[in-house]
Amino acid sequence: MALETIDKTAKSIVLTVQDYSLFAWRALMNLFHPPIYWPDFLIQSDIIGFGSLSIVVLSGLSTGGVLALQSAATLSAFGAAAVTGQFVSLTMIRELGPVLTGVMVSGRNASSMASELGSMVVTEQIDAMRALGVDPLRKLVTPRIYASIAMLFFLTIVADACGILGGGAVTVFMNNQNGTQYFAMAWEHLRFPDIVQGLVKPLFFGYILSSIGCFYGMRTTGGTQGVGRSTIQAVVTASVLIIFVDFLITQVLLSLFAGWM
Amino acid sequence: MAFRNVSLAFAGPPVLQDVSFSVAPGETRILLGPAGVGKSVLLKLTNGLLRPDQGCIRLFGEEISHMPEQKLFALRLRTGMVFQEGALFDSLTVRDNVAYQLIQEQVADEEIDSRVREALHFVGLDETFRFFPSSLSGGMRRRVAIARALIRQPEFLLYDSPTGGLDPVTSTTIIELIVKQRDVYHSPSLLVTHRLQDAFTMCTHHFDAATGGMVPLPKGQTDPNTTFLMLSEGRLIFDGSLHELVHSQIPFVREFLQ
Repeated sequence: MALETIDKTAKSIVLTVQDYSLFAWRALMNLFHPPIYWPDFLIQSDIIGFGSLSIVVLSGLSTGGVLALQSAATLSAFGAAAVTGQFVSLTMIRELGPVLTGVMVSGRNASSMASELGSMVVTEQIDAMRALGVDPLRKLVTPRIYASIAMLFFLTIVADACGILGGGAVTVFMNNQNGTQYFAMAWEHLRFPDIVQGLVKPLFFGYILSSIGCFYGMRTTGGTQGVGRSTIQAVVTASVLIIFVDFLITQVLLSLFAGWM
Repeated sequence: MAFRNVSLAFAGPPVLQDVSFSVAPGETRILLGPAGVGKSVLLKLTNGLLRPDQGCIRLFGEEISHMPEQKLFALRLRTGMVFQEGALFDSLTVRDNVAYQLIQEQVADEEIDSRVREALHFVGLDETFRFFPSSLSGGMRRRVAIARALIRQPEFLLYDSPTGGLDPVTSTTIIELIVKQRDVYHSPSLLVTHRLQDAFTMCTHHFDAATGGMVPLPKGQTDPNTTFLMLSEGRLIFDGSLHELVHSQIPFVREFLQ
């Protein structure tokens, strides 16, 4: 009995991974065959990009500020409080900016995609779309995926900038250190691989959060309760995958840029 | 459209078993059966929204059981489907819902407006042009769904319980529209319902262009192109005319009629 349960669960996981892989690949490839729904891409870009701006700005400012507070306390013990700027900028650009933005945007948009598409599934709107001769994958999923990839790239830049600014504000107004020194250190120690690392990650994270959100939305069953379940699954899976994939990408990029660092 | 030995099961017992029937040009077939017997599933198989486990389904002469989804989209453009609850897109206005296919085909706005107004006039909802579905009653939503299904003058129509959950007056309005569509455009259709009264009304009435309404056929006459199918426990147990239906000796049919 226990073996049977393990067997069923394993098969179900493998099937889900297979379904997701096919779904995400087809949605990505749709960009290379007409029809392409550009107006839907622009609408989604506005919803995902501009709509997430406030949370990204606020979380970026706060994270940069906290980093400056924590690092200054530790660094001053070694007489190195002057490198706070370098610490904050490198941490934000290489790691926290992309991951934090990915997780925040996933909380807002993967959930919204899963619940919106899930509601459309349970009210037969997706079937109606197919019956009207329109491919829901092309019309609903592909624009969301490309809009998420594009917008997460820019939102990450905003988060990085806000983080460095927040760190600067804390350094100047709370730690009473020199602002010019902070920004000089933040700028001078930035290298090309740091920027590449920080800007490659959001491309993957945007793809993950949108494809997972849409995948769970389109698989919704079981009425309104099912919509809630899909939303939770989408946010949890997207957030965990973002953090896991971040580890893999960091490892690959660090190996690639080993000579530069 | 034809089903040949079609079977389908989800997790659990089969939903449909060895179902065979066809819909000829100009024919209206009414699929009867109690709730949960697989009527809606059968309707979704008809235009490829679901795939059978076994058997063959032909639509406009093409075998669709294994047809790729991309090819099916083109075929579905030639059909119209009215869903159980209307399935209108709640973020779009009535105009955009009815014109959904035309918008995707990038038809000019002026032409879209004129064709939507014509379709809405057909279902008697001219005033709802700019409304959102949330501000319409259940019956009005079904009528908008009918307008959406008819706007491209499809060659084959599918109605999934178009009167389910509606009051008798609204149900009659919907049936009148379906009869009007049948007698004006003569498109073949497959209608799913569990309401005998609606099925019998369709068979015993016709649309009178002079009065602009549905009128009864002379006593004893029925529409020869409107025939019945009945499902029970996933099997097609009856296929015939109204006369054959009411005189059927099949115990389930008799029980259902009573």
